[in-house]
Amino acid sequence: MSQFAINLIFVGASFALYIGIAIWARAGSTKEFYVAGGGVNPVMNGMATAADWMSAASFISMAGLIAAGGYANSSFLMGWTGGYVLLAMLLAPYLRKFGKFTVPDFIGDRFYSTGARLVAVACLIIASVTYVIGQMTGAGVAFSRFLEVENDTGLMIAAVVVFMYAVMGGMKGITYTQVAQYVVLIIAYTIPAVFISMQLTGNPIPPLGLFSTHTESGMPLLQKLDEVVRDLGFQDYTADVDNKLNMVLFTLSLMIGTAGLPHVIIRFFTVPKVADARWSAGWALVFIALLYLTAPAVASMARLNLMTTIYPDGPTAEALHYAERPDWMRTWENTGLIRFNDKNADGRIQMYNDNLSDPKGQEFAATAAERGWAGSELEVNNDILVLANPEIANLPGWVIGLIAAGGLAAALSTAAGLLLAISSAISHDLIKGSINPNISDKGELMAARISMGVAIVVATWLGLNPPGFAAQTVALAFGIAAASIFPALMMGIFSKRINSKGAIAGMLAGLISTVVYIFLYLGWLFIPGTNTFANVEANWLFGISPLSFGAVGAMINFAVAFTVSSLTEEPPQEIQDLVESVRFPRGAGEATGH
Amino acid sequence: MVEQKKSAAAYWQANLRLIIVSLLIWALVSYGFGILFRPLLSGIEIGGTDLGFWFAQQGSILTFIALIFFYAWRMNKLDKEYGLDEE
Repeated sequence: MSQFAINLIFVGASFALYIGIAIWARAGSTKEFYVAGGGVNPVMNGMATAADWMSAASFISMAGLIAAGGYANSSFLMGWTGGYVLLAMLLAPYLRKFGKFTVPDFIGDRFYSTGARLVAVACLIIASVTYVIGQMTGAGVAFSRFLEVENDTGLMIAAVVVFMYAVMGGMKGITYTQVAQYVVLIIAYTIPAVFISMQLTGNPIPPLGLFSTHTESGMPLLQKLDEVVRDLGFQDYTADVDNKLNMVLFTLSLMIGTAGLPHVIIRFFTVPKVADARWSAGWALVFIALLYLTAPAVASMARLNLMTTIYPDGPTAEALHYAERPDWMRTWENTGLIRFNDKNADGRIQMYNDNLSDPKGQEFAATAAERGWAGSELEVNNDILVLANPEIANLPGWVIGLIAAGGLAAALSTAAGLLLAISSAISHDLIKGSINPNISDKGELMAARISMGVAIVVATWLGLNPPGFAAQTVALAFGIAAASIFPALMMGIFSKRINSKGAIAGMLAGLISTVVYIFLYLGWLFIPGTNTFANVEANWLFGISPLSFGAVGAMINFAVAFTVSSLTEEPPQEIQDLVESVRFPRGAGEATGH
Repeated sequence: MVEQKKSAAAYWQANLRLIIVSLLIWALVSYGFGILFRPLLSGIEIGGTDLGFWFAQQGSILTFIALIFFYAWRMNKLDKEYGLDEE
């Protein structure tokens, strides 16, 4: 059977499963549509949260980023998991006790202000829309590579599938589909990793393999990797970083941003009790950790495998002949994600650090010249690392089919969660909350379905015509969630003194300072060439990169909110009673829209 | 009523104490061992690298899981002790 047929079977079977679940779990009321009827078991909710959270970025891109950056990119591992500690202790149980459907619901009620609610709706929509673009493009890439269709056709198929189960089932359909998607994606991620870990270290558990001995050389795997990359002029894989302030703030921004992303928060409204919300955060992190503990192993092993493919006799010997390159390199060359350019015309593939603005690259220039190299000749896009991994390690065809289904599951599950967050903000917070409060349950459900349909069309259109800045916008999504949504929620629970003026001023200050700082370096509205300063470390304020500024924005938000609140009147008594009531689990009842 | 209010305040204080201790550990394993204090831990070798690297790529995640389950277990117990749990 051809690889194409195998891929088709795996992807087709997984899609049939998702749609089958959606038909079984149709939503009949707004409560089922927004919070799955509030009856989701905490372990099951944890699994759905994990699928919701782990996007194309976690599944496809993260291991590639760590492989390229080594220790310095550990921020992604700590940042995208540490946020769950904040969620479990600072947000989830109290928001579950509050018992409404959406995040703006809480901000609007707690700060007794339609203005605060609308600011929250705006932040939510900007953060979620920028995030969903990445998911749709990720799904498009996976389709075009594995089903050998045009990128655009792949995107359309993805949109139709999401439309079917998200519009029909709402949160109920999404939850049960996500459980299935989690199972598919975690199997797809770990199986190739187990094979590769066995090949390199003899240890079948990848996280242990990472710290084991490399069978071939008898050295610890990481030491071997350090040695290979050092011989090619790169920074040691495990080398420490100099700019620790930036690494701390970047990690903190990712943590606070994770805890402030609305599509993750609303998952905790679906469990029956406050106690379940706490357990559920723990289970979510367990299921996320299965992938996040495997990813660093995949990263280092794939980097080592790639280097030994190119330098079969070691990095100090001659490189591989282009004519003898393996099949996987040929297939990926077709996608343009691997590019070879024989700069010194010797027919061999030299890949090394030729970056002269990096001190390590400068040092290596003399060695490269001595060896007759005229620049690094192979460009490998970080994103293909996980998808090509099974091929690099010569694994059987069914593993490749599995990876295709897994990558799509990761992209689609996150897209569905984001689309639900967007549609509930529109139908519940805008239409029912501000425009037409007397809308019937049935009417609201119809509005929710229509806004979900519109959101899918917009997301698909943006996926087909991705703004050139798609990658940067992810920084924006995290920055906004960290600087505006998280502090407002936390202060609303832990302080009775913060009033509506303080909260609105704080949210706007956090939001504006973060957005301006990002635009200063990445271009105003991300239009290329309009940036005020070049985006290099020497220009950054105190060495803080635009991607790390969300944490600073959050601190500005806290400071402004406290100052303004302490200068103005106390919140009314009934609001202070509301804060008191969310702190104690008794009498939580079920999530409602009223 | 006064009694109830007092016990509610004590419950909230206990919750805050638990959160502060947990977040100190949370910060210590990630920002401390994983990033800032890594040079201090460089003498402790583990699988071809140092303990700081392990904390940054695995140890902090494992600690986070333990923290959340510990917090959930303690709080769910406190809910019952103070009679504030849901029936």
